[in-house]
Amino acid sequence: MMMPLLLAAPLIGAIVNGLILRPATAKRAGVIASIAALTSFASVMVQHFAPDAGPFEWTWFTVGELTVKWSFASDPLTWMMCAVVTGIGSLIHIYSIGYMSHEHNAYRYFAYLNFFLFNMLVLITSTSLLGMFVGWEGVGLCSYLLIGYWFEDINKAKAGMKAFIVNRIGDAGFLIGIFICYQLFKTLNFAEIAKLLDTQTFDVRMLNLAAFFLFIGAMGKSAQIPLYVWLPDAMAGPTPVSALIHAATMVTAGIYLICRMNGLFLVAQDTSLFIAIIGISTALLSALIATSQRDIKKVLAYSTVSQLGLMFLALGCGAYLAAIFHVMTHAFFKALLFLGSGSVIHACEGEQDIWKMGGLKKKLPSTFLTFTIGTIAIAGIPPLAGFFSKDMILYSALTAKSYGTTFWILGLLVSFLTAFYMVRVWALTFLGEYRGDKHPHESPATMLIPLYILAFGSIVAGFLGMPEGLHLLPNYLEAFLHPVLGPLVEGHGALSEERAMAVATVSAIIACSLGFYFYSKPERSETPGKILVPFKTVFENKFWVDELYGLVIVKPFDALCAFFAKFFDPNIIDGLVLLPSKAAQGMGSLLVLLQTGIVQTYLLFFVFGLLVLFMVLLKGVVL
Amino acid sequence: MSNFSSVYWTQFIAIALIGLGMVGFLIRRNAIVVLMSIELMLNGVNLLLIEAAHRSGSADGTMLVVFIITIAAGEVAVGLGILLNLYRIKHSSDTELYKELQG
Repeated sequence: MMMPLLLAAPLIGAIVNGLILRPATAKRAGVIASIAALTSFASVMVQHFAPDAGPFEWTWFTVGELTVKWSFASDPLTWMMCAVVTGIGSLIHIYSIGYMSHEHNAYRYFAYLNFFLFNMLVLITSTSLLGMFVGWEGVGLCSYLLIGYWFEDINKAKAGMKAFIVNRIGDAGFLIGIFICYQLFKTLNFAEIAKLLDTQTFDVRMLNLAAFFLFIGAMGKSAQIPLYVWLPDAMAGPTPVSALIHAATMVTAGIYLICRMNGLFLVAQDTSLFIAIIGISTALLSALIATSQRDIKKVLAYSTVSQLGLMFLALGCGAYLAAIFHVMTHAFFKALLFLGSGSVIHACEGEQDIWKMGGLKKKLPSTFLTFTIGTIAIAGIPPLAGFFSKDMILYSALTAKSYGTTFWILGLLVSFLTAFYMVRVWALTFLGEYRGDKHPHESPATMLIPLYILAFGSIVAGFLGMPEGLHLLPNYLEAFLHPVLGPLVEGHGALSEERAMAVATVSAIIACSLGFYFYSKPERSETPGKILVPFKTVFENKFWVDELYGLVIVKPFDALCAFFAKFFDPNIIDGLVLLPSKAAQGMGSLLVLLQTGIVQTYLLFFVFGLLVLFMVLLKGVVL
Repeated sequence: MSNFSSVYWTQFIAIALIGLGMVGFLIRRNAIVVLMSIELMLNGVNLLLIEAAHRSGSADGTMLVVFIITIAAGEVAVGLGILLNLYRIKHSSDTELYKELQG
């Protein structure tokens, strides 16, 4: 029954902040927005669950045989996503009060943030593909608005546009996927599609095609190869936005979509394999890039892309539970890391280059403590959250039907690199001597409290999904999500789960030690670069993917646009438009010759006319 | 014979007058002559009307002619006034010079 409030609170918050009150100080706007977000969170917490759709149902529109109804899903998956989004969302709202305190007119920021929350909840709670698409577009819009929040800086505005345009490509795929689904199932409702898939048989090729196009949508939103390029640029937005939208919530929408449609993807085996391959390639590529970035937020951005890749690997292997589990834990520790980096950037007065930081351990003790917890969590050291979810993904990759061992080894490599680059960032930022010229100061309490809460979450969230094999705690998450996602697929891999875990832990520890050895002393930090000389430039230049897209897509497109703008439009379109007027002018200039101005010429015409008239009249009489 | 000559010669003269007037206003370039040519045509018409009235034995045609003569007088007064003004502007009565309305 609390579902309408869940959605209404952030929407009302956005309207009050953005349209009605428009408070001048960040503090007042932030308090309003935070109250809205917390109300939403509270309404999730008191939610009761019915197995079917909630009591609220409203027919959106009817076209021919298609009737789209608007109702709220209230299954465990929805609840979990809502809890993560509103919980972390609320923390980030509170954090933003401190982070944006120096901003003028921050009401715009908080209104967008609330509006994002609203759209994300629409996306999550919708029971049909089309309703999800509405939320999907809404979060895309908010993402664009928030990346380009400081639109006076043209580069930031451009980063927003890039995100928007790249997402459009994915959205086109999503739409095509929706069309194919409608053609196949004659309905867009998730529950009805799942039922149909259970009871009837469909053409597997068509199912694969539908799944493929839905995955293209997920690719855009969740930043997978080849559409991942927008996410690193999206770091142009304020850091809390990066934490909320581009790490914890919006980018996981693609994973959520695939989990929602898990019935379809289970059948579409070929597409699933494709998803796994794309996922692991993205994870590996972005992890490699992350090892050589200088900007603290860029490292975290590539790390996000990489972790999302791992989630897609899990989806591709059919382990939907593992993907959702990692979504949850990743939301905690990546939000924590982003907010921690925000605290660092705030302290260093906008400096983002990790080579100009260092030695911040003493100056920012709280940030240091929480960032350290986040780093350990993402590195996959037991017993923190990242370890369990990553283990579940790796183990499900290992037991996958095809190429399991390959996926596992590559996944292990990704986690190794993750641990390495995170320790690199952590060591360069907090250890050693301060290398910048600013005066770092610890952040205010509104920023530190969310950090501590998230740090707590990063420690304990993993215990919800402990593997059964350890016999320590039951797998609460599996029991909870079982009705939606089905059982965790049990398979047999080359290694037992305990051994796989041990290998992963050892590799994470080795990676952390390596990272610590090279980067805790700046004079040693040149060594990895020297060892990897041939690859260093490749990583630093991000595999030249942006340049490649520029050459293959943007340049030809520009040329095409130039052709249309400089030749086609002025000559052919304008020519067609001007043709009637030119013709009228030509006729006029011919007729004007009759207008001599001499009265006798007119009289002559007059007489001729009279003669013609007489001839016509007399024709009947004389002839 | 007397009938023939009285009726048809009058009609011939009337049509000749109209034709002369028409040719005159088409080819002459002097504005006064053009105006005179118009009067010539008008009088040709008057002659035709008188003749028709005479033949039918009704006074209607004659009445009409009286009206036409009156109106023609007014028309000449206006026409001459316009011409006089044109002459003041152009210092000439040549109609070819009056072409301000050329397109």
